[in-house]
Amino acid sequence: MPRLDGPVPFRGGGFAPQSRAWAAAATLLGLIALWQAAASAGAIPTLFLPPPAAIARALWHLTVSGELWKHLSASLSRLAVGWVLGTVFGILTGIAVGLSSALRSPAMAVVSALFPIPKIALVPLFIIWFGIGEGSKLATLGFGVFFPTVIATAGGVDNVSRGLIRMGQSFGLSTWEITRKIVLPGALPAILSGFRVTSSIAIVLLVAAEMIGADRGIGAFVLSAGNLYDTDNLLAGIVLLSALGLTVAWLIGLAERALLRWR
Amino acid sequence: MTAGLRLVLDKVGHAYDDMTVLDDISLTAEPGRVTVLVGPSGCGKSTLLGIMGGMLAPTTGTVCCQGEVAPDCLNPLTYVFQDFALLPWRSVAGNVALVLEGRLSRAERADRVREVLALTGLTAFADAWPRQLSGGMRQRVGIARALAVRPACLLMDEPLSALDAQTRALLLDDFAALIERSGTTTVYVTHNLAEAVRLGHRIVVLSRRPGRIREIVSIDRPLSDRRAGDADLAAMEAALWDMIRDDAAAAERDGPVSGHVSA
Repeated sequence: MPRLDGPVPFRGGGFAPQSRAWAAAATLLGLIALWQAAASAGAIPTLFLPPPAAIARALWHLTVSGELWKHLSASLSRLAVGWVLGTVFGILTGIAVGLSSALRSPAMAVVSALFPIPKIALVPLFIIWFGIGEGSKLATLGFGVFFPTVIATAGGVDNVSRGLIRMGQSFGLSTWEITRKIVLPGALPAILSGFRVTSSIAIVLLVAAEMIGADRGIGAFVLSAGNLYDTDNLLAGIVLLSALGLTVAWLIGLAERALLRWR
Repeated sequence: MTAGLRLVLDKVGHAYDDMTVLDDISLTAEPGRVTVLVGPSGCGKSTLLGIMGGMLAPTTGTVCCQGEVAPDCLNPLTYVFQDFALLPWRSVAGNVALVLEGRLSRAERADRVREVLALTGLTAFADAWPRQLSGGMRQRVGIARALAVRPACLLMDEPLSALDAQTRALLLDDFAALIERSGTTTVYVTHNLAEAVRLGHRIVVLSRRPGRIREIVSIDRPLSDRRAGDADLAAMEAALWDMIRDDAAAAERDGPVSGHVSA
């Protein structure tokens, strides 16, 4: 018979990674420093990849000349309006899909058929429909944001506990009250995580639409810098887009913390 | 509460698809008294409670209310749920206020919330989130919410069965006091016979599926006189157990069947 002797070996622990904010910041700063050092040492051809200092210089010139704000404001207003349009209609449709048998199958059929179309392919069509101006850009963004929002919202509504809804009914709450006070808050976590997806989709579509037909906006700016072989400004535009994405993600994080305190 | 509400069931039967869960239940819940429904698991007692409060439509038979309801009653037939059914995104006070919104002025609402939280010993927890509370405290919130609408009839669906034995014993005494004080008609579903003899004026024993009334036992002693270990209650409990023991064993072999208000 085999024997066991001695202390019991420890075999738990692990599988609990911790976030370290300082490590995140240090990694980014370290990479930038490495990049700058390699460029200064002549290891990177600066025409093809300008060093961080040159990008910073380009950003500074853009800021003082007012050029930066001209493009950024155009992009931000398109992003805000297009995203809000798609989100509002998406949430309304998602709730309808989640609650109504009459709407569920018809709406989901349309959503499923249109969702897989790469929305960039629709930009030429939207230009024909809504003109080369703001209309086509807002339609592209709104369309791109709408479908993932519907899917996220409908999924969130499906996951709201039926027990809570029955509770609302048993206390005589109206359908509207149940929707507003039980269904919508219950679906909110899913809707907010949908925001993370739709905000990055919106930025992709914003840049694409601005590249196809716009004289203002970060997409147009990056494209024209590329046409001129002006890689300093081109990279400056790309850095702006990265900053834009980070800012949006940060705002969504703030919204989650404020709205989901109860979790 | 002079007259009170009487709930009369006439030949109620219910079937899920082809499976009959309740058959020919005729029963009266007398005003101001506690009717306890007991029976083996799957006998349809929770289904019956759902039918009594209008949350499920019976396949056959009728349920009628008879009697007068106090003018300040906001929801005559009010449930207390096994799983508490609290909105996790509302504080304790917010969960109680939910069922008063749109029916009472802001000031009346605040007064009513304060009153029922004091009654259930929750005053210090008014601003806590449900996730911060123990199971017993959560069910106190469920009771506070139910009392806030000044119900004419309380329908309690195994309100203690999600709790541990110690919490159960403590809350059971509180229930007895609150029910006696409020004087509502009460229907209490449980599979715990000690709860049945502690709270019931009439104990309705259901047979296993399809649930039929097997026996109705009366206990006339006022709730405030009863103590958990009383000899006559213990004898009554043993007698009830003899009645349903064989059915419970048979039901156990058949396997459980879901038959919830929330199903």
